[in-house]
Formats: sequence, structure tokens, C-alpha cells
Amino acid sequence: MGPDFRKLDQLSRSIRVRAVEMSYQARTPHLASALSCIDILVALYAGEFLRVDPQTPQAQERDRVIFSKGHAAPALYATLAESGFFDQELLNSYNQNGAILAEQPSPGSVPGLELATGSLGHGLSVGLGMALAGRIQERFYRVYALLSDGECNEGSVWEAAMLAGAQKLGNLVAIVDFNKWQATGRSKEVMALEPLKAKWESFGWSAYEVDGHDLPALVDLLRNVPDGSGKPVAVVAHTVKGKGVTFMEDDNNWHYRIPTYEEVLLAQSELGVSHI
Amino acid sequence: MRNAFAREITRLAEAHPELVLLSGDTGNRLFDDFKAAYPSRFLNCGIAEANMISLSAGMAMSGLKPVTYAIAPFTTYRCLEQIRVDLCYYNLPVVIVAVGAGLSYAALGPTHHSCEDLAVLRAMPNLTLLCPADPLETGLALAAALTAPGPVYLRLGKKGEPAVHAAPFDFQIGVAQRLKAGKRVAILSTGTASHLALNAAESLSQHHLIDAEVVHFGTVKPLDTHCLEELNANFELLVSLEEHSTIGGLGSAVAEWLSSRGQHAPLLRLGTPDRFFSETGNRKYVFEQWELSPEAIALNIFQAFQAL
Repeated sequence: MGPDFRKLDQLSRSIRVRAVEMSYQARTPHLASALSCIDILVALYAGEFLRVDPQTPQAQERDRVIFSKGHAAPALYATLAESGFFDQELLNSYNQNGAILAEQPSPGSVPGLELATGSLGHGLSVGLGMALAGRIQERFYRVYALLSDGECNEGSVWEAAMLAGAQKLGNLVAIVDFNKWQATGRSKEVMALEPLKAKWESFGWSAYEVDGHDLPALVDLLRNVPDGSGKPVAVVAHTVKGKGVTFMEDDNNWHYRIPTYEEVLLAQSELGVSHI
Repeated sequence: MRNAFAREITRLAEAHPELVLLSGDTGNRLFDDFKAAYPSRFLNCGIAEANMISLSAGMAMSGLKPVTYAIAPFTTYRCLEQIRVDLCYYNLPVVIVAVGAGLSYAALGPTHHSCEDLAVLRAMPNLTLLCPADPLETGLALAAALTAPGPVYLRLGKKGEPAVHAAPFDFQIGVAQRLKAGKRVAILSTGTASHLALNAAESLSQHHLIDAEVVHFGTVKPLDTHCLEELNANFELLVSLEEHSTIGGLGSAVAEWLSSRGQHAPLLRLGTPDRFFSETGNRKYVFEQWELSPEAIALNIFQAFQAL
């Protein structure tokens, strides 16, 4: 058994279109950053291994997903809505004055949201604290922290990595959405990011590389936590910024650009879905 | 104060099973008793304050009550954004313990001085600032901090601080305490400067025939405005004294409050000046250089009083 990957593929398309539509309607940037990580979110939430229940989103034993790249929030919001944490109708009010869904997540705004992010370099550390708490309290949940590659510029990421490695926290997972771009440049050129997998290994992690758009491969990796190595698990997910919309793919202008109505129609047509 | 802290946290850990002690690679041997009694509830987080603060937030979100322990300038300025976003924004019950307030580590130079911490932290929403005066109050303040609903900054000296309080008392967050009754002049002090305030009052009495009141503000935020109301009504000169810059600390907080009153007593703000002490010297030496000896403080107050 296992998940029906045709359904997961359809879900990814639907969430991608949502992200495009939300960016258009709310006039918010970071669309390409959202598109690159959607398959990772779908693998997590629809891969049938994550111990979360929208009916009891605060259950102490739940697995935690920390969405550390808060600037890509529409991807998370749409995934949580599709997963049943809240009504999809709420997505239409995204970033409106007085609305619940802010451009970047705020604390406790919607069920399923584990952390208000937006400032990079916090998520892995907070997730590490949650994982340590689980160990102290003898609760066997897992913590998945989804980071951007640009986020790995932040020193705090490596502070967390070094401590997690020393503590051999097998219930902690860092997933890097390695889309090869940060706000204003190639991520491997701005900082010496590569070799990224070897970096995690040298910090005491069990590290893997995966095609971050290959849903079966992602599910295979992410469900296999702890992986038996006794170490925290790093997943370097090779992704394409703007994935799914051909004219946005690997074009870093879409870090900030907001689609026109015609571009929304094109994206809807390419992905075969529309919500508006 | 650090020994009192280590003793009290070990004692309080029994009543607080959710308490976890995190160290920024600080306090060698200091926590041996704690570690022996509660090995799973102690973690050396390494010399990585930003990560320590954020992970304490993750622990607090998971139902634990973390107490972080590190040297004041490192656990404040370096990780201010982590304090702001992960603790204050979420209003999480984490106690940030800072050892080496003000000039406690004077001889180590300005890298180890902490005379601006209250200034930057006072602006953080939800954060309570506690500055006990002596080892006894350190334990009382810690116990209070552990019951607070949100984040608390506990500002400690180092070691060997003289006793200010003769006996245990009912420490309450946000309530100032009169240490010595007096007339016409009131010294408002906080933290490690409160013992200095008593000595300065003694000098004022001996050399200048002024019987000053001394009020200790063990909490700098929230400020005890009821107490300020009374002091403002009953004294001709108010003096703030702190082991901290005259910019942004207790003196500034009092000035901000006074400025909202139509009529108020003049305020003399005493503390460290707006510059680094880059010579070599121990705490006593720096205090003398900066006119913060009891005699220099008394003279300063006397002159301000005469000028009224």
C-alpha cells in the first residue's frame, strides 16, 4: 500500500496554482520560493507517514513540521488547508487587512502552524528544542524542519546542526529546499554552500540527496526517520525555483515578481487546475 | 549570586519537574549538584547563544520550562533577535539568566561589560526584567520567575556580593522595596547597585547630613509606578542609581514615567557613562574612575540637592 502518487501529483498541482493565485490576489512576492518547496510539503502531509491529525493539532505526541522559510507561506497555508487543518475558503483572505493569514505566519494563527517564521535561521533551532524536549519527556515524535538554501547562510543554522549532531538526535530532520537561488544571487556563489550534503555529514548528521520534486523518493526518505544511524537526518532536496510554471522556473526575477492576470491564466492552464 | 543561583535552581527543580537548565558553556563545576540530581534536565548548549535561546523556545512550546545561563553581554546582544522573535513574540515562559551584570567582569574589558542590556531589553514586549540585589534575593527572584507566564530576564552579578536583605521576604514581580527610610532625597536603585546605594546613603548622612531614603527596584520592567507615585509626591529630589548606562535603564524608565506627570521632582540619573571603559582595572577601580564610589555618589547627590 502507501499513498496514491497520482493523487499526490494532483495535490501538488492544485497547491501550486493556489500559490500563484494567492500571490496575484494579495500582491505578495516570493512566489518562486513557494513553488520550489510544494512537493516537499505534499510528501510530508500527504505521504501517509506523518503523525498529525487535523482534529487534534496540538496533540503532544504529534510529529512537528517547522516551516522555517516563512516568506513562502502560501505553500504552507494551501497545504494545511488541503490537509484539512482549516477551511480552504480562508485562503481567499490571505494578506488582507485584519485577516488571519498574514503574508508570513503569525503565532497560533491557524491550526497546524507550528512556528511563526519569516526571520531566517530560527526554525532548525526551535525544532531542535522540540526534539530535545521529546527526548526529555520520553515522547517519540519527530521534528521536520524545512529550510531554504539561502537560509543556510545564517550561522544559527550551523549552531543548531552542531549541537544536534553532538546530541545524536535521531528524531530531528532538516530538509533543505535547495533551489539554487537566494534573494539576489546563486546560493552556491553568494556563500560557499557546496558541498551541502558533506557539510551536514561533517556536522554529525546522516545526510541524503534527493530530487525534491520526486514524490515517491521524498516519501521514501522522509518516512524513514529515525533512519537507524542514531544521527539526525538531513535531506538535501534538489529543487527548481518556480517549479511547475515553465516561465517561472529557475528565473530568480520571480523571487519578487507578482504575476499578472494573464500569467495566472497561463499557470492555471499549464497545471490544469484553477480555483479562481 | 551565581552560587546562590546554582543552589536555588537545584532546590527548585524538584518542585518544577518541567524545569530544564541550559548553559552556554558557562559555569564550570557550578551545576555539578544539579547535573547529579537531574542529569537529563541539564544541557550544555555550547558557545552558541542564538541557538540556545531558540531551542529554549522550542522546549517551552513543548511544555518544558527552560532556564538559560550565560554571561550577560553574550546572552543579550548577540542573540537579541532570538529573544525578540522566539521568546517575546511568543510570550514563552523561559528564564534568561545573565551572569556578570554591569561591570562584574570589569577586568575582562568592554567585551565582557554589560551596561546596555537593560536598555535594549526594556524595549522588548512581554519581557520581564528582574535585577536582584544580593544572593538571597537571587533565589527569591528565580522562584518568582519560574511562575511567570512569559519570558523573564534575570540579571545577576558574579560572586561575593554583600547581603542587602537581612531575611527572606515576599518577592513580588513589579514591586519595589524600601531598604532604608529617609527624608527629602530618595535613591532609587536596582540590582547590584542597591548595596552601593545603601553605602552612598550612609556617606550622605555622615558627610552631608542628608538622611536619604533608599528604594530597591528588584523589577525594572514592569516598573512599580505605585511606588514612583509615592516617591514623586513625598521627596524633593529623586536619584536613580544602577550598574548600567544612564541611557535606557532604570533611570530612563523612571524619567519616562516622571515626564508623564504634570509636576514632578527633579531626577538625578547615576550610572555608567555613555562610553566604554577601555583601560585596565577591576570593578572597584572602574567605579572610582566613573565617580561611582559611595563618597562620589554622595557628593554628587549633595550638590544636586543644594542646587534645588
